[in-house]
Amino acid sequence: MVDLLIEASIKSFFIFAVGMGGFAYMTWIERKFLARLQNRYGPNRAGPFGLLQPIADGLKLFFKEEITPAGADKVIFTLAPVVTLLPALLVFAVIPIGGTIYLFGAERHLVLAPGLSVGILYVLAITSIAVYGITMAGWSSNNKYALLGGLRSCAQMISYELAMGLAILAVVLTAGTLNIDKIIADQDHVWHIFIQPVAFAIYLITSIAEVNRAPFDLPEAEQELTAGYHTEYSGMKFALFFAAEYIKMIAVSALGATLFLGGWRGPFVDQVPLLGPAYFALKTLLALVVFVWIRATLPRIRYDRLMAFGWKVLLPLSLANVLATALVILVLGGK
Amino acid sequence: MLDVFKSFGATFVAFVTGFWTTFRQLFRKPVTIQYPEIKKPTKQRFRGRHELRRYQDGLERCIGCALCAAACPADAIYVEAGENSDEERYSPGERYAKTYEINMLRCIFVGYCEDACPTDAIVLTDLYELSSYDRRSQIYAKGMLLVPPPEGQPDTPQKVEPHSRDRAILPEGLVSEP
Repeated sequence: MVDLLIEASIKSFFIFAVGMGGFAYMTWIERKFLARLQNRYGPNRAGPFGLLQPIADGLKLFFKEEITPAGADKVIFTLAPVVTLLPALLVFAVIPIGGTIYLFGAERHLVLAPGLSVGILYVLAITSIAVYGITMAGWSSNNKYALLGGLRSCAQMISYELAMGLAILAVVLTAGTLNIDKIIADQDHVWHIFIQPVAFAIYLITSIAEVNRAPFDLPEAEQELTAGYHTEYSGMKFALFFAAEYIKMIAVSALGATLFLGGWRGPFVDQVPLLGPAYFALKTLLALVVFVWIRATLPRIRYDRLMAFGWKVLLPLSLANVLATALVILVLGGK
Repeated sequence: MLDVFKSFGATFVAFVTGFWTTFRQLFRKPVTIQYPEIKKPTKQRFRGRHELRRYQDGLERCIGCALCAAACPADAIYVEAGENSDEERYSPGERYAKTYEINMLRCIFVGYCEDACPTDAIVLTDLYELSSYDRRSQIYAKGMLLVPPPEGQPDTPQKVEPHSRDRAILPEGLVSEP
């Protein structure tokens, strides 16, 4: 029992460290890659290739003054960044970064909760919580920009969550299980992206909307809403929102890599177990780079079109996809 | 129904074109000029910081006439003239600029001073790094504006042969080169 607790603690700490480190360096990757797409160099002053830039930014945010606006609901105002960040980190509990490796006298699973039978359900449930954080931030700030940003974000995330859930459901139908380990095993021969291309496209679009990134970054549309729900946040509270945005981005990328790109599986992974995490990191990174690429290419869409697209196009499309998948499985005899 | 597919196809093509356009930029050299290390050369007619020039024998061109100050729309130039003598000669002619100050916080770099100058003494150079931490240091005194004398020539004041450089402007209308 103690052994189990120690193992879980180490894994949790690892997730936290990699999550925060990933966030820091994701900002670097984004700024660097976006800059190159726009014929700029990006950060290149702090350290070689600007590699120390995230540390400089972190230090700066750390020493910034924290301001709580007058008339703000202090408890909710303080709680909101935490509620936003936590779910993003919690998602990683069920995403395996590799198979099993032999370490310290036992076979260790490279996931915090191995073989959780309701893995996908857990992910969907946890990610929904993030909406509360953003709405709370918008509500408690006592600022109209923040309130409108929070409301928009809430509406957007709830709308796109439906289509996302249905896209994932198609994958669940294909694999015949909610267990993430089994979903990965199901992609041993063919990745789900080839069996479920429509679901993948829907997942890609909805995941961008879900993490409020361009072209769906309406909650933070600076031309009309200043900074949206985190207008009034400063210092480390702002940094938590910032971290949440990037960790959410990493989380949906990791989930996408797991559900559609075969997760940690790849050639020779059975012989060399350490290749698992490498494949997984590579696939996640690929998805993240695509996120930045999309941001560099597409302009923000109008709010009413966002809603119309979500409800009138993505939702029916994902429903039809689920129906078609179910029919095919029924005809082929099912799993 | 066919229209839907047609518009879908057009949209898809538009998307692919857009993504290809941004992707292509990855292989181009960034246009950024890495400023403190690499400086973009200024254009030929660039108007930067002023300098006060000299004749080839080291005498100052400025004769303290204050036409530049009169021409300056921003009132940035302050000139106070002093008397030349053959023992202590700063410039050809009767007078020289005892005090010459340009307030760089007022200067708008129109270059009217340059146009007004009868002896081509004040000239706008291509120096543009003029920032400082102190407003007081933005007032450029004569010592900062005056260029050093040419190689091998003495600094002012010079002791010259009597009546050799009595005129700043020659009767023909030329500037007094030695």
